[in-house]
Amino acid sequence: MPVSAIEVSGLSKHFGSLKAVDSVSFSVAEGEIFGLLGPNGAGKTTTISMLATMLFPSNGKAKVAGHSLEDHDAVRNSIGIVFQDPSLDDELTGMENLMFHARIYHIPRKERGPRAMEVLKLVGLEDRASSLVKTYSGGMKRRLEIARGLMHKPKILFLDEPTLGLDPQTRRAVWDQVRTLNKKHGVTIILTTHYMEEADQLCDRIAIMDHGRIIALDTPDKLKASLGGDVITILTPDAGKLEKCLQVKAPATIKQVDGGLVVTSKRGDKAAPKILSIAHNRGIRVDSINVKKPSLEDVFIQHTGRSIREREASTTEVMRAVYNTGWGK
Amino acid sequence: MSFLSDAYTIWAREMIRFWRQRARVISSLAMPFFWLVFIGYGFGGSLKLPGMDYTKFLAPGVVGMSILFTGLFTGLSVIWERQFGFLKEMMVAPVSRTSIMLGKTLGGATIAVLNGLVMYIIASAMGMIDFTIALGVPLVFMALTALCFVSIGLMMASRMRNFEAFQALMTFLIVPTMFLSGSLFPLASTPGWMQAVSYADPLTYGVDGLRGALLGASYHSLWVDFWLLSAFAVFFLLLGAHYFRKSAN
Repeated sequence: MPVSAIEVSGLSKHFGSLKAVDSVSFSVAEGEIFGLLGPNGAGKTTTISMLATMLFPSNGKAKVAGHSLEDHDAVRNSIGIVFQDPSLDDELTGMENLMFHARIYHIPRKERGPRAMEVLKLVGLEDRASSLVKTYSGGMKRRLEIARGLMHKPKILFLDEPTLGLDPQTRRAVWDQVRTLNKKHGVTIILTTHYMEEADQLCDRIAIMDHGRIIALDTPDKLKASLGGDVITILTPDAGKLEKCLQVKAPATIKQVDGGLVVTSKRGDKAAPKILSIAHNRGIRVDSINVKKPSLEDVFIQHTGRSIREREASTTEVMRAVYNTGWGK
Repeated sequence: MSFLSDAYTIWAREMIRFWRQRARVISSLAMPFFWLVFIGYGFGGSLKLPGMDYTKFLAPGVVGMSILFTGLFTGLSVIWERQFGFLKEMMVAPVSRTSIMLGKTLGGATIAVLNGLVMYIIASAMGMIDFTIALGVPLVFMALTALCFVSIGLMMASRMRNFEAFQALMTFLIVPTMFLSGSLFPLASTPGWMQAVSYADPLTYGVDGLRGALLGASYHSLWVDFWLLSAFAVFFLLLGAHYFRKSAN
């Protein structure tokens, strides 16, 4: 039986009437890479902020590395966190940032230097250790933050959107580092992301979040398999009518989305021509049809009826509204 | 012990930053320097004070003003760090909020006192005030004044999320604090209501104490200045710590 690194039950956070996180429960096993996937404003960051003792939960309980959240310092000593927004001191050098961290985490003086060199090597920044952070590129800063998060040898590392705003090449480098940490050093990793590919490639298990709730939780393969086959996306102005026609005919799940239908079928390659001929016979215009193996995006659409991208615009507005009421970050 | 060593770590970082940005910090002395020169020589000729030159009278006032400015603007660095994230690095660490607050306060106060000292050296180099290295008592008054205004600045910053609001508030705070303190003119010759209000201004006692220590002439007695200024400093330190803790959660 695997040991739990994190156990969360009924965790909630309310900002006024907005339920940022609405009673989520999950557990993360030691040595796992666990992903929280969802659009901006889904409550991912709020969830890990609570687990990292940055925010008081409104309700619910959680244990991190065996310590309950009330035991601030014990939790803080056993976790590392890399924030979504940069949190380095630009006016200090890379090494000075690490040393500051070492001191506030009470790492014994003798171990500070060797430990700093060790983590710098891990992220490939040993050459730039004595440059001011303001001279670093975006990717270097992110790597330094990861290095800093590892200084005190945390059992659990939180990564909040670790590759947000990074170019594809740097993104892959960060993924490799995350894997190395996990496999070689046995660090349990919890990351939030709204990149499907990132969750798919990196995570052992994924919790998909929307509107503060977990709407699905499993391994990436099982989540995709849960759709029951290939995904056929049909763009049509007559989605309602086509849906009715298909419901009579086909053993498949059908869902209306903005601008069309999403049909899941075991053999998408065979179902697609049938759908087209049905539409043709009933005089329903089809603008496009697309067949593909299911992705996590499709899982999200299956559960919410919308794609993650579409959700973003509206949630940004929600966040802005929250920000303006004075709750800040 | 980790409480004090944590505060020291925070303080040490402020010192490194100060040293790296010394050009920027020194430029914040431009304002009091202009006051010293233009007000000092401008009004100096036509203002006759009993027993001393106006420039001599003004110099400790300007030292106090530079401490007021740099002290209050320490708050700006907290807003900056909140916006640009470094505050989170401290907040998620296993250190108490109070030691973060203490480290930041002492860091800001150290820088404010250094600025005050530089102003004093400039004023004495210009021959406005006699130079001495026996600065023990003046330093006490500078440090207490700095603690007061750094705490006030941090307290304001912990209630605010953006620079604009902070700047606006600072204008409303700085101008009355400066004029009501008797930095620029003797309080003895002001109307009764103004003298009354000046009693509520911590800078009054800071500047008066400096004048007493540097020139041997003060409005209140040095002990009155010392105790009242200390009381203000302790009061604002506690209040600042309270607000900082509250804002952190």
